[in-house]
Amino acid sequence: MARKDRMSGNEAVAYAIKQINPDVMPAFPITPSTEIPQMVSNYIANGQMDTEFIPVESEHSSMSATIGAEAAGARSLTATSSAGLALMWEELLLAASNRMPCALALVNRTLSGPININCDHSDGMGARDTGWIQIYAESNQEVYDNFIQAYPIAEDPRVHLPIMICQDGFITSHAVMNIELLEDGEVKDFVGEYEPEEFLLNPGKPIAVGPYSVSNYAMEARKNQEEALERSKEVILEVAKKYEALSGRKYGLFEEYRTEDADYIMVIIGSAAGTAKQAVDDLREQGKKVGVIKLRVFRPFPADELAEALKNCKAVAIMDRTESYNGNGGPLGSEITAGLFRNKVMIEAVNYIYGLAGRDFTVTDVYDIFAELQDAIENGTKVEQFKYIGLRK
Amino acid sequence: MGEICYKKRIYYKGKEKRENMRTDVHKINEQTPHQDLTEGLMMFAAGTSKEFNTGEWRTNTPVFIADLCKQCMLCAPVCPDSCIPVEDGKRGEFDLDHCKGCGICAKVCPFDAIVMKEGR
Repeated sequence: MARKDRMSGNEAVAYAIKQINPDVMPAFPITPSTEIPQMVSNYIANGQMDTEFIPVESEHSSMSATIGAEAAGARSLTATSSAGLALMWEELLLAASNRMPCALALVNRTLSGPININCDHSDGMGARDTGWIQIYAESNQEVYDNFIQAYPIAEDPRVHLPIMICQDGFITSHAVMNIELLEDGEVKDFVGEYEPEEFLLNPGKPIAVGPYSVSNYAMEARKNQEEALERSKEVILEVAKKYEALSGRKYGLFEEYRTEDADYIMVIIGSAAGTAKQAVDDLREQGKKVGVIKLRVFRPFPADELAEALKNCKAVAIMDRTESYNGNGGPLGSEITAGLFRNKVMIEAVNYIYGLAGRDFTVTDVYDIFAELQDAIENGTKVEQFKYIGLRK
Repeated sequence: MGEICYKKRIYYKGKEKRENMRTDVHKINEQTPHQDLTEGLMMFAAGTSKEFNTGEWRTNTPVFIADLCKQCMLCAPVCPDSCIPVEDGKRGEFDLDHCKGCGICAKVCPFDAIVMKEGR
């Protein structure tokens, strides 16, 4: 039976890690993810779990050790934020290309500069093309649920790819919420024991991991890796279905909130989806046909599924919590519009940048965005693309 | 080496089939389609670097002058490519399939029993 408790997002992830009891956790502290390895160390010190904790000297080392442990045959993970993820950059790509099903608890914090410790998605989005599966959460409950689902997705033989479970720094990582936890036994049964087919510490069955590949092989290896990421989509949905049967909580590639008859839809990632849903409830009371799509799975990117979900609305507001300095909007804006075009869904699509480096994003901001979309459709008013929300002018 | 062991699901041209993860890597070559390569290009065999003739890279070649050699055994352990075979306490001829011609052995020899000549 499930039990209720109040926990911060970091506590919820640390608790999930305790219940999974993985083999190895190398980690290095960085705000706002520090509490995760700290709490896991406490659990280990108290004899509540027997994970091998490695206090490494940097995030470059924590990801390297995570990959090394995983290759050796151990279920491994680490946690980080912001500059920590940036320092892992080289290894992130290796974890994916060597097909290591390790996990990373990412607590999203902005990348410098200007130096700042608050939430935005520039760290996770910066690592969006490293080959990792990326799953984002709106709440403490979701980040707990996503973490329990991480290994069954990553370790599936159709996938064998690393997985990043992301949550918004401070907003969910440090705020406390009433959540429902599974029993230890339920988690153990759901996640199972890690039994890799091939691993380094396997006497009599030698392997080499990550060998040098000449040009005649590298392109083929990348194609295979790309196909595995595509296949992970069906595995993510299968695991979500099994998780729903266990917990009663339903997950998909994205959540559609009051979109069935919506003329105007906002697509958003992470905790700000809660703000958008509140605004949608308020506007619905005024008779406005508005809805929210909260993207849960950013990698693999569900471009066709999103185009299908958006095809009947008049305009979409695509919300990016990062600046990608390409002069063409944010990553979500670029990828959704590409998906719409390829699926010949020719709706109005406006890209907004919000909440950079912890800037507040309020229900009033959401009202204004929906009003702007409505004005564009009904009066033909031209809307500025990739406009900053809450910017002082 | 590289024998077929146990079962795992892989995908072939989009369709699932039961297949062995531990494939015979010696059957893989530069014409192998991507579906038949190993996951992450993992090698299911040991000692395969022997099959890679790094000697082709050589621009200088060590020459062993057996008459001057006192079998002091300073040269064999310093070779980065294990190209100086030792049998019954005596070194033999260079393994030129793998020697890259770095010259460390010639430098370490106190008896001028190894000299470097230009070219392969």
